[in-house]
Amino acid sequence: MRRTRTAGFAAVSLAAALALTACSAGEPGQTGQTAGGGGGAATSGGGGGDGITIGIKFDQPGLGLKEGNDYTGFDVDVARYVAGKLGYSEDQIQFVESVSSQRETLLENGSVDMIFATYSITDERKQRVAFAGPYFVAGQDLLVAADNTDITGPDTLDGKVLCSVEGSTSAERIRDEHSEGVELYPAQTYSECVELLSAGNVDAVTTDDVILAGYAAQPQYEGQFKVVGNPFSEENYGVGLPKENDVCEDVNSAITEMIDDGTWEELLKKNVGDNFKWNQELNPPKPQPCA
Amino acid sequence: MSSVLFDAPGPRTRRRIAVVNVVGALVVLGVLAWVIWGLAQKGQLTAAKWNPFLTETVWADYLLVGLWNTLRAALIAIVTANAFGLLFGLGRLSQSRLVRGVCGTVVEFFRAVPVLIMMIFFWQLFSYVPGPWMAAPPFYGVVFGLTLYNGSVIAELVRSGVQNLPRGQREAALAIGLTRSKSLRLVEVPQALIAMMPSMVSQLVVILKDTALGYIITYSELLRSARLVGSTFANYVPALIVAAVIFIVINYTLTWLAELLARRLSKRTAGGTRPAELTPADAGE
Amino acid sequence: MGGYLADMAELLGSYNLIGAFWVNIQLTFWSALFAFIIGTVLAVMRVSPAPSLRWAGATYVNLVRNTPLTLIILACSLGLWGQLGVILATNEAGRVDITSNSFRLAVLGLSAYTAAFVCESLRSGVNTVPAGQAEAARAIGLGFGQSMRMIILPQAIRGAIAPLGNTLIALAKNTTVAQAAGVVQAASVMATMIEFRPDLMVAIFLVIALGWVIIVLPIGLVSTYLSRRLGVAR
Repeated sequence: MRRTRTAGFAAVSLAAALALTACSAGEPGQTGQTAGGGGGAATSGGGGGDGITIGIKFDQPGLGLKEGNDYTGFDVDVARYVAGKLGYSEDQIQFVESVSSQRETLLENGSVDMIFATYSITDERKQRVAFAGPYFVAGQDLLVAADNTDITGPDTLDGKVLCSVEGSTSAERIRDEHSEGVELYPAQTYSECVELLSAGNVDAVTTDDVILAGYAAQPQYEGQFKVVGNPFSEENYGVGLPKENDVCEDVNSAITEMIDDGTWEELLKKNVGDNFKWNQELNPPKPQPCA
Repeated sequence: MSSVLFDAPGPRTRRRIAVVNVVGALVVLGVLAWVIWGLAQKGQLTAAKWNPFLTETVWADYLLVGLWNTLRAALIAIVTANAFGLLFGLGRLSQSRLVRGVCGTVVEFFRAVPVLIMMIFFWQLFSYVPGPWMAAPPFYGVVFGLTLYNGSVIAELVRSGVQNLPRGQREAALAIGLTRSKSLRLVEVPQALIAMMPSMVSQLVVILKDTALGYIITYSELLRSARLVGSTFANYVPALIVAAVIFIVINYTLTWLAELLARRLSKRTAGGTRPAELTPADAGE
Repeated sequence: MGGYLADMAELLGSYNLIGAFWVNIQLTFWSALFAFIIGTVLAVMRVSPAPSLRWAGATYVNLVRNTPLTLIILACSLGLWGQLGVILATNEAGRVDITSNSFRLAVLGLSAYTAAFVCESLRSGVNTVPAGQAEAARAIGLGFGQSMRMIILPQAIRGAIAPLGNTLIALAKNTTVAQAAGVVQAASVMATMIEFRPDLMVAIFLVIALGWVIIVLPIGLVSTYLSRRLGVAR
């Protein structure tokens, strides 16, 4: 009996570890990645079946936000609409978090079937994933305090402190192309930026106008901020799909239908507030043909 | 020791101590007041920012979920780290020079690489290499990072635990005819393990603290859940304060438990059971 | 294989990895300096005759030791600067200089955290000084401050070299956590590199890990050498 004590210690440790791991792996809500609900969801496309796993943002008010057990926002509503048209019922949709840096990876390794997460269509990304849409055209803009009058666009930021998210190109674009003397703070999330702006320690936050409008429309921040309204880039929000997929055409026709039947405008107004002026020339967009 | 550092205070010293007491208290209170005043100025102490913590959803859907993820990763990691530590710690005591060398290199390597670096690596690795871990790369990234680092720390604890046993233990074992490996297995390691228990509990504090790094690789642990609360209810700063309080309470309890355990177990081993000094070498991040 | 190595060389050429590690080394240096100062003050407080100082020292150490470093760094960046408006570095225009400010706030957080462990190392060093030394100091009429300065601390620091060395190694590795305060250093550069070239990730990891071994090993060797050399033989 004493002989086995040491070996037993190690064996018990390992067994316990395996048991704990086993019971944890199947749990949903694991950030960014999920067990895929028993496998079926990991294969791309195809209506009906076991359901569909959709990657969204969890922390972006107005676009993709986890609210208790529910998810809200424009991206989420568009995702529900599109999934509905593809033949999935509400309870067949599983939402998982897809942070910006992980989006391509999640599509490549099959953790998600689609991504609706302020996902701009770019040539670089097209090398790794496919896109349907766009379903919205955003533009990079600035969020400032409501009473701020001296920041009117990207060229008026010299000597100001600007917040953006670490690793995003939007902030560097301002320094390289517009205001050389801007101080950049690389935050971890936009919520962090907005908190800094609220405390007055940064002068402006930069990212896509619709994201900024989502924060400005949050009831807790009501009346505190305004979107400058001078967008200086064109971001085509697309639906991220695996490179090999058979649903791109269907997603595109669902988007066209959504725009035509007025749902598109209704969802946008509902989620980012009546005050937000989206780019009227480029919106609503026309989905690009699938490659 | 500290009692012999100074005399029993006389009247003049007592007055000085009283002054120091008052000044010290004023400084602490002053700093505290400045922080609270500053936060109030920025509107961080309003009811609107704190009321969400009185609702069920903040706890049920965010903080407790995050806490469970923190505890789950920490518990699994302490178990796997112990297994790893036992294996490589005994390996370093092996009579074979080759085994000693290999185990020594592995342990030293993983002790030298920062936990965060390992977490980032395994997180990315598990996102690309097919396998069961692909279901949750952040989770496995956290667990692997914590296991390898803390496992190598525990390996050192095992080695030093055996080496710090009184020599008489081995001599007695050899004298009654046990071989060296039998003496190790039957006499020395079991006692060293009991002696190590409190240090292992302290190591759990280290692991718990290190799970907080998981938020950088998007693992939904407590800190990340708190940030999510901050995004949803627009109360970022209060959410982080609440998370900090939860961490401190849990870790404080564990530290206290380690000391209790040390006192209880001291009779069952020839080795000392005092928890190893919490130098950050064992205390990690 | 040749292609793999060539790709790796090209990738290393396009990122300033040495510069990133240099940030870690600078963080280590300044934090070690301040942590040593704060830690010594804390250790003296913890053995001092004034109960309030003893209590304050112990509370600080217990509080800090039980808080994740990530949160302490966030408290400095998001709390001290982000809320309370503490600015540690300004540019010519008199406004905040973000890069230096983040760096200094990270140094502050790392020092505040490491100081608790320096304090505990020194305290364990104080415990290696035989009581007779303190008694002798008192017998020749030295007060608390004098006996600390001239008798106890010089010996305690020598006895604490090994734990202090371990603390320094941990500090060096902990500088990666400065990522939470927006300081770009080895860990963030590694994350960016892997994101950009996932196919090279094993090689990237090995290169970064090697960098840490190169930084950490000498600290360990020097502290072992010093503790043997300077340790007070008893």
